[in-house]
Amino acid sequence: MTEKLLINALENEAIYIFREVAAQFEKPVLLFSGGKDSITLVRLAQKAFYPAKIPFPLMHIDTGHNFPETIAFRDKLVKELGLELIVRNVQDSIDQGKVKEETGRYSSRNVLQTTTLLDAIEEFKFDACIGGARRDEEKARAKERIFSVRDDFGQWDEKNQRPELFDMLNGQIQLGQNVRVFPISNWTELDVWTYIENEDLEIPSIYFAHKRDIFMRDGLIWSASEHVFKDDEEEVEERMVRFRTVGDMSCTAAVDSYAATIREVVAEIRDSSISERGARIDDKRSEAAMEKRKQQGYF
Amino acid sequence: MEVLKIATAGSVDDGKSTLIGRLLYDTKSLTDDKLEAIEKSSKQKGYDYLDFSLATDGLVAEREQGITIDVAHIYFSTKTRSYIIADTPGHVEYTRNMVTGASTSQVAIILIDARHGVIEQTYRHFFINNLLRIKDVIVAVNKMDLVDFSEERYNEVKADFEKLVEKSDYEDQHITYIPVSALKGDNVVENSTAMPWFSGQTLLEHLEKLDTVNIYNRGKMRFPVQYVIRPKTQEFHDFRGYAGKVYGGDINVGDEVVVLPSETRTKVKEIYFNDKKYQSAARRSSISITLENNVNVSRGDMIVKANELPRIEKAFTATVSWMDARALAPGAKYTLQHGVNKVIAKVSAINHKIHPDFSGVENEVTSLNMNDIASVSFQLNKPIFFDAFKEHRTNGSFILIDPQTNNTAGVGFIE
Repeated sequence: MTEKLLINALENEAIYIFREVAAQFEKPVLLFSGGKDSITLVRLAQKAFYPAKIPFPLMHIDTGHNFPETIAFRDKLVKELGLELIVRNVQDSIDQGKVKEETGRYSSRNVLQTTTLLDAIEEFKFDACIGGARRDEEKARAKERIFSVRDDFGQWDEKNQRPELFDMLNGQIQLGQNVRVFPISNWTELDVWTYIENEDLEIPSIYFAHKRDIFMRDGLIWSASEHVFKDDEEEVEERMVRFRTVGDMSCTAAVDSYAATIREVVAEIRDSSISERGARIDDKRSEAAMEKRKQQGYF
Repeated sequence: MEVLKIATAGSVDDGKSTLIGRLLYDTKSLTDDKLEAIEKSSKQKGYDYLDFSLATDGLVAEREQGITIDVAHIYFSTKTRSYIIADTPGHVEYTRNMVTGASTSQVAIILIDARHGVIEQTYRHFFINNLLRIKDVIVAVNKMDLVDFSEERYNEVKADFEKLVEKSDYEDQHITYIPVSALKGDNVVENSTAMPWFSGQTLLEHLEKLDTVNIYNRGKMRFPVQYVIRPKTQEFHDFRGYAGKVYGGDINVGDEVVVLPSETRTKVKEIYFNDKKYQSAARRSSISITLENNVNVSRGDMIVKANELPRIEKAFTATVSWMDARALAPGAKYTLQHGVNKVIAKVSAINHKIHPDFSGVENEVTSLNMNDIASVSFQLNKPIFFDAFKEHRTNGSFILIDPQTNNTAGVGFIE
């Protein structure tokens, strides 16, 4: 037996939140993208309920434009940990005529995910969806609650949010409403990476430096892929890059990097002069891009 | 890494955003793309300085009106520790936001414009920090550049604030005065050359050297049970772990404890964090424990040390900060959430309204509106296990949930 438990304040806060979800809701689900934040969530959930299994399933809203490395990683993790995974596809929403594929130079399926997500929430009657969003990512997210209530249409009423006092989380909702839960709200990008390093967590290979076919647009490094619209003038070259976030191929830009290990990644982030969402093409659409998407039910 | 939460309150006019921006800028916490966005927006608005409020006011309505409406969270870190600023608006109609921001903070910064000195808003900010029992308060006398960095003016403002402190009954509160110029950067992160007469620490130095062990209000050990872990696997067939967060003091294997409300006595058998067992766990750790005897424990129960029983009562009086558009009236019923425990509470009386500026109370009040603070008496359908807020910040507070809207309508601090 070890002596005294040394605590990590952020980890303990997240575990507390996970336990509140399990206690206050009937059908929670953990939204899993295969990215570093959702990998961190899975680890925290394991710790919250040990020696019992995580008492809710994982769900991935698959745009069909994910990096193949991420999907392979997702399936491996779920199998190794014996977790239940639900996958719902944006392609199905497109085929059903519920959403229309964007076209043109900046087309992306990122926004379309919202419809697939809301349909899945309704299909399974989920009352709490746990996500890995963090307040330091973006200024509209800085206003987000830990328990964030959404109406029947999945909408976020940003001007009328419930106050959250001390540790007390109010998960009471009306029929049809659901709650988005953000256990790592107070973590920064560096906190997540440090945690992954300390816990020795496995992450998809695209987070590490690798050779990739890319092209440059608007000063950002885009991945050359069948899912990404590209002009003929835009020249493809091979470059050593890695990704700081794992979104869709069509909305996630790469950064130049030689960081091949977690330790090197952490060092790189510590010295980095651009923020993680600086490489998110979807946020560059306008100053209020995230707030607008959130009002419509985006995560 | 240790995390320190800081509450700030104020309006753009106090230079609050400039102060926060200065902290971020001088600690190199603003990345190039964020700085670029601020430069771009500032230029668009025709400002000849960087408007840091654009980094903190995240909602469209806030940017349109140039005000902070909600609580924003701002993150920065140094080699020593991580900081979270809970930034709230300072006007009276946002009292509820200030209370919310202060509830999770251990430190507060009260900003005073050196030209205007202690004003009505200063009274309110200090009152709320007192009400919420914030242990470390920094009084930043800002805009010193506009009063020629005058030591005399600083001393006048300080003396006025000290008069305010005399009205406080919170003796353990630690108050530090710092003359700053957020715009020019004096005494925020870097020492001021313009104020050689000031020998104290800069704002950041003060934060960096704060003793985080003693910054939290201690109290008796309280372990509210959040969740019962029953794996029902072969290996852990009879395992019953009681999951929760430790408040107030340490919990140790072998401690004689009492489970409330059943008042069953037993001992702590094991303390788990994840798959490891520990001899002892400190306050704020999210652990699970097993008990020697097979007792019936469920969510909402509380485990305490045998010689440290809390008050177990069905009626009490509390200071309530009201947060809902629907008024609170005598006779109304609410769901009262005390930690993770829920009971039904009936308002038996509104005793008096408290002016949030130390100017006294108002009797014969018939209802409470949003942002009001008042002394309210409650009756519960069953007893809860609590301490006075002054003795235990977590076990002495509760929220009131409107059973019709499910909104968090108010917060209470038990007297």
